Amino acid sequence: MMYNIRLKISHHYDQPAAYGRQLIRVLPKSIPGRQHLTTNILEISPAPYGKSESTDFFNNTVVTSVHMEPHTDLEISLKCHVSVTPAPPPSDLSPSLEALRADWQRARDLGPASPLHFLGPTARLTPDADITAFAYDAVSPAASVTDNVIRLGEALHAAMTFDSEATTVDTDASEAFRLRRGVCQDFAHIMILGLHALGVPAGYVSGYLRTLPPEGAEKLEGVDAMHAWVKAWCGVAQGWVEYDPTNRTLIGADHIVVGYGREYNDVAPIRGRLRSSGGQSSRQAVDVAIVDQAPRS
Amino acid sequence: MTPKADIQDAQEALRQHYLAQVTHGAAHSDEMLTRDGAFRAVWHRFAAHLAGLTPDGLAARFARGDQYLRDAGVLYRQYDETLSSERQWPLSHIPVLLGEAEWQEISAGLIERADLLEYVLRDFYGANELVASGQLPGTLLSQNPAWLRPMIGAHRTGAPLLNSVSFEIGRGPDGKWWVLSDLIEAPSTAGFAIENRVATSRVFPNFFRAANVHRLAGFFQTFQDRLHALRGREAGEIALLSPGPMNQHYAEHAYLARYMGLLLVEGDDLIVRDGQAMVRTVAGTRPISLIWSRLPSAMLDPLELNPHSMLGTPGLVQAVRDGSLGMVNTLGAGVLETRALMAFLPKIARQRLGRGLALSNIATWWCGQDAQRDHVLSHASTMMVGPAFSTKSLMADPTTVSLGGADNADVRDQISQHLLTAGHMLVGQEAVTLSTTPVFENGAFVPRPMSIRISLGRTADGWAVMPGGYARISAGRDATALAMQQGGKVADVWVTSDAPVATPSLLSHTSDSRAPSQAILPSRAADNLFWLGRYVERSEQNMRIFRAYFARKAEEAEQEDALHDFIRVRLLQDADPDANTIAERFSQPLGLGLQAASRISDRFSPDGMMALRSLVTSARDLAARTVPSDDIPAEVSGLLRQITGFAGLVHENMYHHDGWRFLSLGVSLERAANMADLLAVCFDADAPLGALNLALEVGDSTVSHRARYLLWSSPASVADLLGLDPDNPRSIRYHISRAKDHIAHLPQDRADHTLSDVARRVLVAETGLRTIDAAEVSPAFLAPLKHDIWAISDALTASHLV
Repeated sequence: MMYNIRLKISHHYDQPAAYGRQLIRVLPKSIPGRQHLTTNILEISPAPYGKSESTDFFNNTVVTSVHMEPHTDLEISLKCHVSVTPAPPPSDLSPSLEALRADWQRARDLGPASPLHFLGPTARLTPDADITAFAYDAVSPAASVTDNVIRLGEALHAAMTFDSEATTVDTDASEAFRLRRGVCQDFAHIMILGLHALGVPAGYVSGYLRTLPPEGAEKLEGVDAMHAWVKAWCGVAQGWVEYDPTNRTLIGADHIVVGYGREYNDVAPIRGRLRSSGGQSSRQAVDVAIVDQAPRS
Repeated sequence: MTPKADIQDAQEALRQHYLAQVTHGAAHSDEMLTRDGAFRAVWHRFAAHLAGLTPDGLAARFARGDQYLRDAGVLYRQYDETLSSERQWPLSHIPVLLGEAEWQEISAGLIERADLLEYVLRDFYGANELVASGQLPGTLLSQNPAWLRPMIGAHRTGAPLLNSVSFEIGRGPDGKWWVLSDLIEAPSTAGFAIENRVATSRVFPNFFRAANVHRLAGFFQTFQDRLHALRGREAGEIALLSPGPMNQHYAEHAYLARYMGLLLVEGDDLIVRDGQAMVRTVAGTRPISLIWSRLPSAMLDPLELNPHSMLGTPGLVQAVRDGSLGMVNTLGAGVLETRALMAFLPKIARQRLGRGLALSNIATWWCGQDAQRDHVLSHASTMMVGPAFSTKSLMADPTTVSLGGADNADVRDQISQHLLTAGHMLVGQEAVTLSTTPVFENGAFVPRPMSIRISLGRTADGWAVMPGGYARISAGRDATALAMQQGGKVADVWVTSDAPVATPSLLSHTSDSRAPSQAILPSRAADNLFWLGRYVERSEQNMRIFRAYFARKAEEAEQEDALHDFIRVRLLQDADPDANTIAERFSQPLGLGLQAASRISDRFSPDGMMALRSLVTSARDLAARTVPSDDIPAEVSGLLRQITGFAGLVHENMYHHDGWRFLSLGVSLERAANMADLLAVCFDADAPLGALNLALEVGDSTVSHRARYLLWSSPASVADLLGLDPDNPRSIRYHISRAKDHIAHLPQDRADHTLSDVARRVLVAETGLRTIDAAEVSPAFLAPLKHDIWAISDALTASHLV
């Protein structure tokens, strides 16, 4: 399936920002056998003094842009095509929760996909007693890890209300859980904390979501902006499983991955610092449409 | 001089009194006395010297050392606070003495350890073989906040990652030395060691000279050479990056920068452009090629590291990764301070060296492994337990708990429970007992536990070890290492030789390479100097108005009443007529001036700082006291003498470089604008009789006026003297001309013949003052002039200070 993705992020500063440097993580990854970024145009306005592309520790694509001249508005727009190969439904090869620990304790690899990076705590994700209790209630010791990841995701989906007004990008997971409200970032952070509490390595995935559902299906939540979900490590044999608690679903062909990280801070669409005082505001618009595709030879 | 026999008696008395308090046996060892209670050879002569001094004599000597520290501005600052809580450096005046042979052993052991750390660090940010081979659990890195992922794989050359490390060591009961902490990131050692040394050598000047004590300067000399070698052929600046004046060790940063000729910068002074780190100076941006950072690595770059850091510089990590910016210790070296690592270093050493470390760290068990955790639990009475990922030195980490402590059963149970559920987050360490060393307290020498801090610097020929300089001494008698957390004192450490030692001096060395860094003026420093000038001048003006107000109040003449009211309403902005309230108008700007000065203490003379401090103290004192109105003018006159003294000190003693120009510009623009304001008010149509004399008085020009005009003051004569006179240092014209001269000498980017905005503005202002007739100087001329002068200040800020 081929997607045409359009993203526009507009930033406004109350005081002109003199010197700006941004790390931009919005380009979809290319993941062999799953998704492939074919063409992309990333435009930054005003035109930056310098722009370069690199990859970070987790192999996400990072665009660095530098502005030297004062400006009050910054606009980042992306147009790209990504082909996605729907994954077959996973067969469950995962051990029990109790046996999982021994699996990652044997790990001696520190590469970006190693479960060792995803045990927590992180700067933003520190253990929360309520979330821990919730996670223990949601799972079944007899079930496999993969099964329990789904159980926790479903329980969380049932307990939480999607509400884009209740939280901000800086709200911590404990607060969102107390409110039982939030957006995809909050759902993902809470689920990661729950999985950490259960001893399941878990990370944060940022990406895009297909805007219009297939005929007959319901429209998904969180299509108006960049989306986020969770990846959980389900043992050596099963590896990583991705789950979207906001939409109560395992990841299929409707999700396009931009970045993997431990938490939001690792994959924030824009990380920047300007020499400016005063407030700033930001808007995001996303459209992910299916391109009519004739099979190419 | 005391006869020899008396000294022997006194020395014996000292020994017996001291020995009675040293509890030997299994408990611990002592630095001055052997286990048999005899003086160690290296202490013998010094003990005789001490015994020969009377308590009064000792007190006088100690005072000499303290005086030096005060004069040099060596201060210690707590984290949370304001200027008033700077504290005197807590020097214990009695040094710790160690013999050369023992020192050689310690040095060799620490060098071996430094090399091992270099190897471990390279692996952590490179191949990760220590984890792959099972020598280290992977979670000790993957869950470690000090392991900085953006730096992984960044070290593509073989250049050393560590160039400056420190260790805290202590002597156990059996006389053996142990490493208590590895101090890799921004350890406060070197700068304070120099100060300890200078102060202590003033306490014992004659003895020190004859005692063959190894000098510290040579260490700094070789390390300075190393820094210059590291900065590479591109020859950008070498900067010492500090968290800034609110950090408790800022005084050390300023001192080290001055001593070693480095540019002292804060994160906000730097930008990264085209992959190159640059410092913003009054002469534009200049490249930086090497940073000696005193910040925790995670704070260095909000883009790739801690996003909340306000201390860092966006893009710095990229500059380091690209290789355009060198770090004295690589970014992320702080991971070596991880407490749990101490549990694995001995084994890693055996694997690599084929033998154990000559100088090992205190026994440490990481409780993420069942066997180790069980060992900690079953030896609880001799264990300290703390966070596995703590990078604080053992002496500075209040979260460490002694399981053996008698009165914390609850805590002990909690920790034991925690050990079972989250062992991988904890380490146990053997509760070490430290050796004692003499300190002088309440008229007698008493033993107090101590540890020693030692700096190592890499040179072209391997590691150089700073020979002594820094011991930490516990406040109480408790000799467990943990007790050191409660703070205490610091002391010099003398490594003595049997033969005379070389006496190098840093000041005679590489003076050519020291010059550039101090000649560069970061915009932030210039801004602080500019505001220092403005605040002090503002304060002086307000003192003069204050004095004029109370002088008239005291005289209580009817005619002066209108004038009196006029001063309060027009010149004091309708202030409450209460002396304390009005006094705030000068004590507050002075306080702000002191704050500005303390932010640039690396560029401002200690004498100037002291003068300013005492001025602030006197002004605050006057503002807080209830002083009879009659006495106020005299008191304020005292303050004015002090402020004049400060101004004289600055102008007579400060080197006339760019920094002095900014300070002087601050004074001139402030004085010119305030004078324009004063004259505008006093020339007002509704100004009462006597307003002109008031202007002369506040303008300190009554005598000049009498000498020049020989008649009653008229608006024209006052306008001439205080507004247009090019030779009166109180006149607007004088200061505008002076400002114009300074501005003409400031560094400029432009190469063409047009004037800069600030130069044009000051020329226009000066021309106006040169071409107007004294009779035409009216409020209508003066009020816009004041605004024009502030516009010059704004233009200067825009062109040079931001």
